[in-house]
Amino acid sequence: MAKYIMKRIAYILLSLYLIITATFFLMQAAPGSPFASERKMTPALEKQMEEAYGLNDPIHEQYIDYLVNAITFDFGPSFKYVGQDVMDIILRSFPYSIVLGLEAIFIALGLGVLFGVFAALKHNRFGDYTAMVIAVLGISVPSFIMATILQYIFAIQLDLFSVARMESFWDTILPALALATTPLAFIARLMRSSMLDVLSSDYIKTAKSKGMSQRIVTYKHGLRNAMLPVISYMGPLVAGILTGSFVIEKIFGIPGLGSEFVTSITNRDYTVIMGTTVFYSVLLLISILIVDLIYGIVDPRIKINAKGGGK
Amino acid sequence: MAQPNLTSADFEPLHIDHAESEKIVGESTSYWKDAWRRFRKNKLALTGITILLLLGFMAIFGADISGEDYRTNDLMSTNIAPSADHWFGTDTLGRDIFARTWDGARISLFIGLTAAFLDIIIGIIWGAVSGYFGGRVDEYMMRFADILSGLPYLLVVILLMVVMGEGIWTMIIAMVVTGWINMARIVRGQVMQLRSEEYVLASRSLGASSSRLLFKHLVPNTLGPILVTLTLTVPNAIFTEAFLSFLGLGVPMPDPSWGVMTSEALGALQYYPYQLFFPAFFICLTMLAFNVIGDGLRDALDPKERK
Repeated sequence: MAKYIMKRIAYILLSLYLIITATFFLMQAAPGSPFASERKMTPALEKQMEEAYGLNDPIHEQYIDYLVNAITFDFGPSFKYVGQDVMDIILRSFPYSIVLGLEAIFIALGLGVLFGVFAALKHNRFGDYTAMVIAVLGISVPSFIMATILQYIFAIQLDLFSVARMESFWDTILPALALATTPLAFIARLMRSSMLDVLSSDYIKTAKSKGMSQRIVTYKHGLRNAMLPVISYMGPLVAGILTGSFVIEKIFGIPGLGSEFVTSITNRDYTVIMGTTVFYSVLLLISILIVDLIYGIVDPRIKINAKGGGK
Repeated sequence: MAQPNLTSADFEPLHIDHAESEKIVGESTSYWKDAWRRFRKNKLALTGITILLLLGFMAIFGADISGEDYRTNDLMSTNIAPSADHWFGTDTLGRDIFARTWDGARISLFIGLTAAFLDIIIGIIWGAVSGYFGGRVDEYMMRFADILSGLPYLLVVILLMVVMGEGIWTMIIAMVVTGWINMARIVRGQVMQLRSEEYVLASRSLGASSSRLLFKHLVPNTLGPILVTLTLTVPNAIFTEAFLSFLGLGVPMPDPSWGVMTSEALGALQYYPYQLFFPAFFICLTMLAFNVIGDGLRDALDPKERK
């Protein structure tokens, strides 16, 4: 177990190293300078600026500096917002995103599992078809369209929610719903097919023939085993919610990390882009590791010590 | 009572011809014919195909039907609701939304199909080579794919778009850079499964070369899963295009794409919701059609999986 975790962490570090290197060189190659604006700077001033940000050191020195600093989560100052460190921006905006993200994951998991189980129990009947039609629709409607539809109906027409504000729990409901739509539909389909598999397996028949009630068979024996594919979907789910937050936060005007990332792209604020990318990658790689570990605990049939690990 | 005319010949046992009884009466069906028969029964998938054909037709001819141009500003007639003159209305710059929708369809479908197609080609080659040779080659090739796929797809695409600049081809390239991995994994799995089949051994013992084995025997037999993945990759690519354009990183002005149009309409959502409705509706319709066809294909090609 310990060996497996060490191996995984080594791979994560390798991936992170590649990400940091790739972002560094990509940003070097990117067109446009952070100091390019309408007001032309005098050459002397520009030189001073570049000096201050260390931009005229040789490239390998900049690279090594960046690597060393990135290890300590120090991504340097923002190019656009004077006096703000990238890490300050990340720490300031991330709490909004994590609240939103967790809420979306909760909605997607809860409702998705519910729909899936419902459809499986009503297999090939009206309820099944309805749930699956809704699921296909959910997969086909992109999150940003869902967001605008929700905004139009509930905020503009019905005036139940605010259009764009982030002050109370009430304000997070619409964005979290929009963020959860696609994964919800996906989980519902996953849950349905795995529940159908499980319900036709031998141990369920045994449990039934022992005279157990339908409810216990379904929830105690069926659900627990049918949840496994859903747990393995958690990794992609986290990734989807992370990237989904870029547009959702923009549409609902939430000052989270996603909208900071999008703003930094429009601003060509390279240090913020790089910092956010690395931060996102760390987050994602660690949550995938956690999901894999949980999977090994929940399903003892999977020996994570085995070669190749888990998959 | 009249006696029936029975002769002793009536009491002879009937002739049983063994060769005759073994004869196959029904028409023989190939794998694809069988799949097509199952697919035809799936009304939802057929509807999906019809919708796609219609969308394709409109993408090619739609912009010419209205006689309007996607880029001509008419500042005297901005924000007109759908009417006889402008079937889908006009946007904030007075451009005809009908014409823009179908030009957008052309661009969105082009990007979606091209990106998916390139994914498939790279994925097939990578996956087939990796799965066929196995061992160390497989280890390295898949490790490389693992590291690439550890990164969030959209994040990579966004970063590449920042570096390469807006444009239709840069967008396609950005999507393909990590998009092929999924395909490669599927092909690899299939090839590894098939590689030990007897017909491969037979072909090998007849002296077939590796490339012949791969592309004549192995890849054609993985075509089913490949086709399903292809139909499910296209809506994903269309979504990514819309997503990027929505963020202002995708298709450059003044070309319309559905993502660009959605993004432009957002500012006027409160007063002119129809401007959002058309592009949003067609994005969803296209993705829906592809998803439904993909599901139908999967059920048809792999009936064991069908629930």
